[in-house]
Amino acid sequence: MDFRFSDEQVMTADVVRALLAEVCTSQDLRRLMTTGSTQDETRWKKLGELGLAGVLVPEERGGLGLAPVDFVQVAEACGYRCLPEPLVDNIGIALPLLAAFADRTGVSPHLERALAGEIAVAVSLPINPYFANADRASVALVVRSDGLHLAALSPEMLTMQPSADPFRRLHTIALAPGSATRIATPEEAADPLRQTLDRGALFTAAQLLGMAQGCVDLAVGYAKERQQFGRPIGSYQAIKHHLATVQVKIEFARPVLYAAAVDLPRDDLHSRARVSQAKLAASEAADLAAQTAIQVHGAMGYSWEVDVHLYLKRIIALTQSWGSPSFHRERVAERIFNAPLGPETTFAREADCA
Amino acid sequence: MNLIYTEEQNAFRQEVRSWLETHVPRQPLPSFDASREGFEAHREWERVLNEGRWGMVTWPERYGGRGLDLIQWLIFEEEYYRAGAPLRVNQNGIFLLGPTLMEYGTHEQKSRFLPKMASGDEIWAQAWSEPQAGSDLAAVRASATREGEEYVLRGHKIWSSRAVFADWAFGLFRTDPGSERHKGLSLIFFPLDAPGVRVQAIPQIDGETGFAEIFLEDVRVPVFNRLGAEGEGWSICMATAGFERGLMLRSPARFQVTARRLVELFKRCEADADPAMRAAVLKAWMDTEAYALSIYHTASRLNVGGKIGAEASTNKIFWSEMDISMHKAALSLLGVRAELSRQASEAEEAGRWLDGYFFSLAGPIYAGSNEIQRNIIAERLLGLPRA
Repeated sequence: MDFRFSDEQVMTADVVRALLAEVCTSQDLRRLMTTGSTQDETRWKKLGELGLAGVLVPEERGGLGLAPVDFVQVAEACGYRCLPEPLVDNIGIALPLLAAFADRTGVSPHLERALAGEIAVAVSLPINPYFANADRASVALVVRSDGLHLAALSPEMLTMQPSADPFRRLHTIALAPGSATRIATPEEAADPLRQTLDRGALFTAAQLLGMAQGCVDLAVGYAKERQQFGRPIGSYQAIKHHLATVQVKIEFARPVLYAAAVDLPRDDLHSRARVSQAKLAASEAADLAAQTAIQVHGAMGYSWEVDVHLYLKRIIALTQSWGSPSFHRERVAERIFNAPLGPETTFAREADCA
Repeated sequence: MNLIYTEEQNAFRQEVRSWLETHVPRQPLPSFDASREGFEAHREWERVLNEGRWGMVTWPERYGGRGLDLIQWLIFEEEYYRAGAPLRVNQNGIFLLGPTLMEYGTHEQKSRFLPKMASGDEIWAQAWSEPQAGSDLAAVRASATREGEEYVLRGHKIWSSRAVFADWAFGLFRTDPGSERHKGLSLIFFPLDAPGVRVQAIPQIDGETGFAEIFLEDVRVPVFNRLGAEGEGWSICMATAGFERGLMLRSPARFQVTARRLVELFKRCEADADPAMRAAVLKAWMDTEAYALSIYHTASRLNVGGKIGAEASTNKIFWSEMDISMHKAALSLLGVRAELSRQASEAEEAGRWLDGYFFSLAGPIYAGSNEIQRNIIAERLLGLPRA
């Protein structure tokens, strides 16, 4: 029992944080917005050079064969900077699913190019029918009634559904069921898709938690500078207590997120409840953080000029993505009402000590 | 990161479980805050624990402990609450003063005070707050005047938990008469039966006398009873408070057991329950799990030499607010039975939930009010400017 990250995990996260602090600043986001694009090619290339693409792909499929806990802090760091590019969706969610079917006809060339950082892969499950940033992906993993499809994307297949988030371009994909693109039957796809949902929920939770901290830090920065009644507003208890309340929520969502990352590969009733708990806790923290950050910024918080709205919109989007709060609450209920409760059940056992 | 107990930890859990199964009193003990009889019954239980060397597993062996780490302490606590063992009457001593004594005490002080603390022969109360020094603890006015090898204590302490029946108190006194605020304070021990000490019980919301006022009129104690250097009292108290709020005062198991009772209550009342209560029950379980995970996270860090920081304050806010929510949910589920006292023939579990609710309302106040904790988080964790 040791609830600490390894030195390698800490180092990887530090490298990603440092790079994002350099290439994903507020000015970078503003500049990208004026171009009307959702992706900065230079940044995407630099992120690719980190060599993280295969982090969750097994070694025999050309990846690094690491675990969700090795990537969870990276996803958190991406949320913290409100990163526009779909790094987390691609590396954390899509590629491991693609790799699960690498032995099927036509799959491995796409996997190899994706691992090399040459293409992005879009993925969605029926639980969230919109594909984020599908216009930048070459292929998409699409679930239809007859199973899982790998579709090469062309512009005429995509219908854009504009999101309030300026960096999130949602699409529906026109793809009829049929054997040409199918890589797995519903039965064959069931286990990998269930694990994909867990990874989607986990890494979305990580991004939400990163965004929650991003909102708090923006608000703290402003509260230290902004003067009213001759003092920084951050010296007033009304402001302090608002922000402290959010920070408490963040502090108690974080260990849940990390435990969920560790437990996810167990793929059982307990691990699924923990992932869902992490998604719920991170969504709640992020929701309160965005609202509080707007309040602390006063009228500035309601303006386009301050970055809080970028976080707010992403938070609204991700709260409902990869399972809504009510979906995840039911998964928690499954565990609570069907398995023993109590302090001795918090952690999984190799063999029960009784 | 590895979240599986080791073989050794599983074996330890089993050892604790077996011992508790044969030693925990079959009948719940009467409250230690309501009568001398209940207090003495709990003291007796402390003796039993100490004889099995289960009183304080993290303490070194020479003071009656087992020298175990914080993860093992958490496992012990989980089994302790699972077994429904009595509340710890000497928690002010063993959880708060004990660790502080080990850090700041001289060898002679440790030998004098720790073994009797561990055995329950000396049960401790905390004497920090004063009528004019509550949240503003640095406004302490009670004085300790040096006369040779003695201090003469004068002043008025209040809200001292357990002081009605306890044997000793550790108090914050001004040793430098010209000093102000945090400077010039010292931590000094005094026996509650010393000449010049008068203890006045204060009835609580629940009718019990869990806390008291202490009046000190020319109470003489040896200089030996001062912990740390003269004038160091504030920083020592803050170290104690950090440990209190941060970890030992409320181990997660206590709340996880409450959450389990709440789920059981919900299952019994589900048919008549407001649909909103289902979400409240799920949230209660999730919050107690989050608290447990967070404490394991902290314990893992402290085990390798980390120090407790502002998480002392985030923890205290989290558990105190969670405890209130759980008890409120239970009262909602109980409906019209919520108001029944334990004595009512139809009360069943209702009286216990109501008492628990009353006690939960004290949570955001004692050990430093949650308002003060939020200030600490804002200033030390977030870096906002002081007022």
